[in-house]
Amino acid sequence: MTPAMSNRPIIELHDIRREFIVGEEVVKALRGVSFTIGEGEFVTIMGTSGSGKSTLLNILGCLDTPTSGEFLLDGTPVRTMSKNQRAVLRNRKIGFVFQNYNLLAKTTAVENVELPLMYNPAVGATERRNRAVTALRRVGLGNRLSHKSNQMSGGQMQRVAIARALVNDPAVILADEATGNLDTRTSFEILVLFQELHREGRTIIFVTHNPEIAQYSSRTITLRDGKIRDDVSNNNILDAAEKLAQLPINDDD
Amino acid sequence: MNFTNLFKIAIKAINNNKMRSFLTMLGIIIGVASVITMLAIGQGSKQSIKQNIAEMGSNMIMINPGADRGPGGARMSADEMQTLTLTDYETIRDQAKYLTAVSPSVSSGGQLIYGNNNYQSSVSGVSEGYLTIRQLKVESGEMFSEADIKASAKVCVIGKTIVDNLFPGGVDPIGQVIRFNKMPVRVVGVLKSKGYNSMGMDQDDIVLMPYTTVMKRILAQTHLQGIYASAITEEMTPVAIDDVTQILRANHKLRNGEEDDFSIRSQEEISSMMTSTMSMLTLLLACVAGISLVVGGIGIMNIMYVSVTERTREIGLRMSVGARGIDILSQFLIEAIMISVTGGLIGVFLGVGLSMAVKVLAQWPIAIEAWTVLLAFVVCTITGVFFGWYPARKAANLDPIEAIRYE
Repeated sequence: MTPAMSNRPIIELHDIRREFIVGEEVVKALRGVSFTIGEGEFVTIMGTSGSGKSTLLNILGCLDTPTSGEFLLDGTPVRTMSKNQRAVLRNRKIGFVFQNYNLLAKTTAVENVELPLMYNPAVGATERRNRAVTALRRVGLGNRLSHKSNQMSGGQMQRVAIARALVNDPAVILADEATGNLDTRTSFEILVLFQELHREGRTIIFVTHNPEIAQYSSRTITLRDGKIRDDVSNNNILDAAEKLAQLPINDDD
Repeated sequence: MNFTNLFKIAIKAINNNKMRSFLTMLGIIIGVASVITMLAIGQGSKQSIKQNIAEMGSNMIMINPGADRGPGGARMSADEMQTLTLTDYETIRDQAKYLTAVSPSVSSGGQLIYGNNNYQSSVSGVSEGYLTIRQLKVESGEMFSEADIKASAKVCVIGKTIVDNLFPGGVDPIGQVIRFNKMPVRVVGVLKSKGYNSMGMDQDDIVLMPYTTVMKRILAQTHLQGIYASAITEEMTPVAIDDVTQILRANHKLRNGEEDDFSIRSQEEISSMMTSTMSMLTLLLACVAGISLVVGGIGIMNIMYVSVTERTREIGLRMSVGARGIDILSQFLIEAIMISVTGGLIGVFLGVGLSMAVKVLAQWPIAIEAWTVLLAFVVCTITGVFFGWYPARKAANLDPIEAIRYE
């Protein structure tokens, strides 16, 4: 069932369980999840609401810690880390892309992308800016560096968010419904970008409930009731760029 | 995250909400400005009172007849008491060790007449030493002499107000004979003008005569209404008072345990008495102003809470990209401090400006002291930290998972 692993493991989950206490009831969100994601994989995590998908994302993003089990991120055990240690780990190893972009209001694209590096004392102001500009060029926004977030379209805002996730050169990019707020055409543009990043060797985890996206990733993990139901490799990865070319062009974009 | 970055973020956050930030600052601005202005007015009045009292005399000691309390505990007016005599004056003059000048004091009210001009005033019977004690100078003519005192001569030295009222035509008063009630007196000197003191008393409304003249020819009395003296230095004033007390007690044959039948006050005492009222008033004004500063601080707290709630998503995002609790805490704390310090700076300028305006427009004495500005500034910084702390801590304690999805 588990696909053969040839690359260095970036994410290793061993029997992850997460329980919440709601009132007097114990809610088991994750009931023993184990998998390994190697470097350079593009993994889609699917599941309906209530499947434990969000809880898993929080744990993978080091925002939350499992009740039991072991989680190694790029070889580092996360479960026993303090809040501050996890904050530093997120800063160096993880790039987040959210459904609603989460850009800072009234702030330029460059400043938004610089944000993670602001919390890294090792990066000076000049290097910070250079890296932000490079990341923005990479996502195709080299001509919109000084645009503020309210002067951009949804697709552009999500590109800024992706640039922000790239800027710290993370071990893994975590995308949470990253195309959920976008129209079909823009969604595919973003998917094209993710596929390009994948081809460049980036490790990407894309959490979604949209089964269509799974066709464009290299592996799909499906959750149900806090357990893994399916974990399949995709041997026939579709090219999002081809699909995009077939889509009718939006007049208003 | 280093401090430069934190400051950049804070400035940006303040800039993003200019109107709100300004209104929040307004509380601090008004608070600081009013503290500075109130203290400036208070300190100014205090200084001018001190200065005026200092001008009254040099290290002056005032000896009055009677104890603070008369027999049976009833207070008596100084005029009714006859415990100070010329002998007391002479003994002090001859025996006291720490005095530079001594003068008896008797006075009587009455009408001064010259030609068809008259003026209601009072004459003071004093000795030559009085000029030293009260820091008076003879501008033209001369002070009456020891010989005049011995002879109870009908001579006087007058102040500028008397000159203006009796000699309006510009006649040189020296050598002229004026009348006090019915007694003719020759003017031998005119005093240099001192103007009004802080209590609105005309210090030039003064007529000096030999004390012998006033005692024998006007009042027909042998006791003194008071004795003025000047201590050699301000520091020696208490020693001089002790010395004079011993002399007078011996003179009056008071036994141990018996109360003094005289009272001695120094200029220092009067000065501190007068300024203590001012200090109270200053403190009161500063308290009222201080309350407005606290209200301003609560304004900051209120706005910071709103800001934290409003920016929950931003906080969640910052946390998810690696901000630690301390980073978020510092960010909001610095924002609060910047609002209060900027408000404080504007308040300092406004306060200094207002004080100047009061000085120019209302002609009030103003004294802006460095410590008041510093105090106002330090207090408003502390206000920023104090009232910024709770909202900042609330922000730092947010759960990033919930904050990032906050709607």
